[in-house]
Amino acid sequence: MSVSRLFGATVKRREDPRLITGKGMYTDDFKLPGMLHMVILRSPYAHARITSLDVSKAKQLPGVHAVLTGKDLAGKVNPIPTAWLIPNSDLKTPAYPALATDHVRYTGDAVAAVVAETPAIARDARDLIEVNYEPLPVVTETEKALAAGAPQLHDDAPGNQAFHWSFANGDADGAIDTAEVVVRHRFVQQRLIPNAMETRGAVASWQPGADELTLYNTTQNPHIVRFLCSVINNIPENKIRVFARDVGGGFGSKIPFYGGDALTVFASQVTGRPVKWIEDRHENYLATIHGRDQVTDVELAAKRDGTMTGLRVKAYSNMGAYLSTAAPGVPTWLFALIVPGCYTIQDYKCDVWGAFTNTTPTDAYRGAGRPEAAFLIERMTDLLAGELGMDPVDIRRKNFIPADAFPYTSGGTLTYDSGNYQGTLDKALEMANYSGFRQQQQQLRQQGRYQGIGLSTYVEVCGLAPSPAAGAMGFQGGLWEPATIRMLATGKVVVLTGTSPHGQGEETTFAQLVADQLGVAVEDVDVVHGDTGAIPMGWGTYGSRSTAVGGTAIFKATQKVIEKAKKIAAHLLEAAPDDIVFDSGTFHVQGSPDKSKTIQEIALMANLAWNMPEGVEPGLEESSFHDPTNFTYPFGAHICTVEVDPDTGEVKILRYVAVDDVGVVVNPMIVDGQVHGGVAQGIGQALYEHAIYDEAGQLITGSMTDYAVPNMTQIPTVETARTETPCPHNLTGIKGVGETGTIASSQAVVNAVVDALSPLGIKHIDMPLTPERVWKAMQAAKSAGSSSASQPGQPGQ
Amino acid sequence: MYPTNFAYAAPTSLADVIAQMQAAGDDGKLLAGGQSLIPMLKFRLAEPATLIDLGRVQELRGIRVDGNNIVIGAMTPYYQVLNSGEVQSRCPLLIQTIRQVGDPQVRTRGTVGGSLAHADPAGDLPAAAVALGAQLLATGASGNRLYDASNFFQDVMTTALEPSEVLTSVSFPATDSPGTGTAYLKHRHPASGYAVVGVAAIVTVGADGNCQSARIGITGAGSHATRATATEQALAGRPLDAQSVAAACANAASGVDLMGDSYASSDFRAHLVQVLAQRAIMQAAQNARR
Repeated sequence: MSVSRLFGATVKRREDPRLITGKGMYTDDFKLPGMLHMVILRSPYAHARITSLDVSKAKQLPGVHAVLTGKDLAGKVNPIPTAWLIPNSDLKTPAYPALATDHVRYTGDAVAAVVAETPAIARDARDLIEVNYEPLPVVTETEKALAAGAPQLHDDAPGNQAFHWSFANGDADGAIDTAEVVVRHRFVQQRLIPNAMETRGAVASWQPGADELTLYNTTQNPHIVRFLCSVINNIPENKIRVFARDVGGGFGSKIPFYGGDALTVFASQVTGRPVKWIEDRHENYLATIHGRDQVTDVELAAKRDGTMTGLRVKAYSNMGAYLSTAAPGVPTWLFALIVPGCYTIQDYKCDVWGAFTNTTPTDAYRGAGRPEAAFLIERMTDLLAGELGMDPVDIRRKNFIPADAFPYTSGGTLTYDSGNYQGTLDKALEMANYSGFRQQQQQLRQQGRYQGIGLSTYVEVCGLAPSPAAGAMGFQGGLWEPATIRMLATGKVVVLTGTSPHGQGEETTFAQLVADQLGVAVEDVDVVHGDTGAIPMGWGTYGSRSTAVGGTAIFKATQKVIEKAKKIAAHLLEAAPDDIVFDSGTFHVQGSPDKSKTIQEIALMANLAWNMPEGVEPGLEESSFHDPTNFTYPFGAHICTVEVDPDTGEVKILRYVAVDDVGVVVNPMIVDGQVHGGVAQGIGQALYEHAIYDEAGQLITGSMTDYAVPNMTQIPTVETARTETPCPHNLTGIKGVGETGTIASSQAVVNAVVDALSPLGIKHIDMPLTPERVWKAMQAAKSAGSSSASQPGQPGQ
Repeated sequence: MYPTNFAYAAPTSLADVIAQMQAAGDDGKLLAGGQSLIPMLKFRLAEPATLIDLGRVQELRGIRVDGNNIVIGAMTPYYQVLNSGEVQSRCPLLIQTIRQVGDPQVRTRGTVGGSLAHADPAGDLPAAAVALGAQLLATGASGNRLYDASNFFQDVMTTALEPSEVLTSVSFPATDSPGTGTAYLKHRHPASGYAVVGVAAIVTVGADGNCQSARIGITGAGSHATRATATEQALAGRPLDAQSVAAACANAASGVDLMGDSYASSDFRAHLVQVLAQRAIMQAAQNARR
């Protein structure tokens, strides 16, 4: 494709003026006439039987319109389905009701809902609901839940096992048995809270008579919401219109359709009035999905020269109390297939156990399985380098898939489309002044100072992706994308996209892409998203898929528009279509540039249809339905340098260098922003964030005063750079950037801290690397002498 | 995030405040800058029947010099203290401490008296108050009473104030005599910004370069702000070098009823008290020599 001015240009985000001046339309900004307000009563116990539930006093409070309990939902609101049914496993899908009837399974499990004139009345009435609970034994950790004698959550999931899933290629056992060197380690991926700026919420408006639902929802995928709402609330899909106007972030947490959403719809049906439900932050922490929470045992086999020969992984994933919408696919497919990373490891085996525990359900959180995979292989690579006395750079170079080996089939399944891993590493090393840092590090060590440098060379799989692959993996949906380009009589352009941007800036990048192809001003292109009434279909925004899949669909639709316009131009210019040249928005006859029509003139004629060529229908609107043939595989090299305060254990990040290759870039500023945000979240996981439950299953990091989302003073300047290796299997060359930052970054920080503390013999510290954990690791290492001291995980300390 | 219903009173004089407090009895709650109370109301952790807003009582605001003391009205917001030339030149510890409180929004709305009367164990200002030996003036129906900072803070969010009393002003001794320097160092909680441990130090350096006297206030580590008297005594007359200071700080946390949480255990807090006490003393001594 031609790359001209707009494609690849830093165009300021057109979304920003309204968002930063408070004129965005988030779910809570919709105020409908007669609207009521709903609040949800949630269990204060992590595990209990409900022995009695009395809502009579709450119902009597003036201003209360309805109090809903689990019994009211029978036959009206179905349980939340699991939408990723992983094959070749013993997956159990216990019922996940919107309101519990007799058994609550996590702190925050919904028990009743109050609908009232004002939020304050609803909140007061909630305090009047009388519930008696009989507390049951609690289990919050995966391995304890899978152990014999553990408290049982679901009758239909014996031993709390949600699934055991396996993947293997080649002979990992043999490779490990015969290896010259085997490095073994256990890693804890702590539980995280997604923390979208806008908490979840819904405004539901049921029109009795018409029997139609309008639902304003903060979601990443309004069409999936339409489908799930249809299934859960028993409303025909064609009677539901879902709006997702401005959505204040999601990070995966707004993929699912939740019980609270279904209750809002039901409350509107019961009361005959519009109903609004908006989480407060505490409710968001309890009731919106969490991320990660996985323990892995890893064995990496190698030759003495550093060549990696085999890999075996056992992963234990905490699914929470119920299976959230996409949950089973995250620690299996999205994790396991990419674990070998950038390296030529073919003998590979992975077993994953998912367990039910008395905790908030987990699901996709930015990166979804791939950060866990990249962390694991990149930490193991450093551990192997340490074992062999090799430099972390050398061991990576030795094992990289060479640039001339693409397309490359890794571990028997994924076919990496394109890559040049040496290229991004070389650039990052140069930016970070690797050799200079190593010299300075030695000098500072003489002074008792601990500086370290950490590498992360990653590849990820995104641009989700071929629908047949989704089907083969048990994902209960497709992953294609539609696009419609409509040229109006005035020459203005409407773009309909099924993706649902919620911070990624596609109103701008898609307009750039279309303006570039059609040769119109970017200001004349409007991108419409988040309205199932206007947009035929869409699978949403997640998995770094919007621009690679939805953008390619838009690109294909522009070509159809040009093709049709060319026929009309030929007719008007009295030439053969094959003799018409389209350039920068103008059609002209080959060799006669003066005989021309602008695309706006063609659009006007197409809409008037006064003089159309024979067989060409009126209008200038074309659609494309794009289903890619493969995933995309962005990659890169991140380097972090740190200094550790030996007295307090505090980690200070000195520099952070991110060299990414995300294929062809539409808008460099927006891509940089995606990297900045992703790296901030990855640093958050490495140093600060941890959702902690106590023994009784109480979330003790239940607010932003306890759970540390890093603020700007806790994040360094991220020095970004790129190489550009186009995606070979789509028309745009775009790969996707939404998740690279989180996938690449946590291990760069941890590798740097471990490198800093390597003189003490420290080999690993589990995340988050809080000052106390680092200090304790240093204390333990000092008392153990400098021989070896690896810190085991200390979850919940 | 909706509080329970409450009556709201907005008195404009101290006498009116006292009257309102008497009328409200045990179910009344005083509102100062609201940086702690408003969140508690929203979470329904506090459900007062009457909220008595001190915001319109002008006589509770302002900063004045009284001899060797800086007297600050209880309702004076942090930012006014930060902007006071008198405080900057005569009691820099308050500046050093308040600069590290919360964020600009908190420092704009939060007040000196609100912080001290709330007595959050992780508040910053209590460390400076105990180190300085601040005198806290309270007013009740039966008149005024003066509290010394050293016995004002009693437990988690518990002070010596009687329920019928309102804190009206705080007198902070100046530390501008030659040879005296101050410092406040804190280990910020990564989420809340509160002091996991905060140490305020006032060090007077003698003509011989040794420590003539030291006063150390600790916050965050225990249930309430306390002075590190063992360290203060161990330091007196000793050289202000790294080794002597470290030795003096070995028992810096000995008088603290240490607390622990998911972020920092009591052991780690004790360790941080030692480290931050050393660093605060060294920094205060350096400031003294300027």
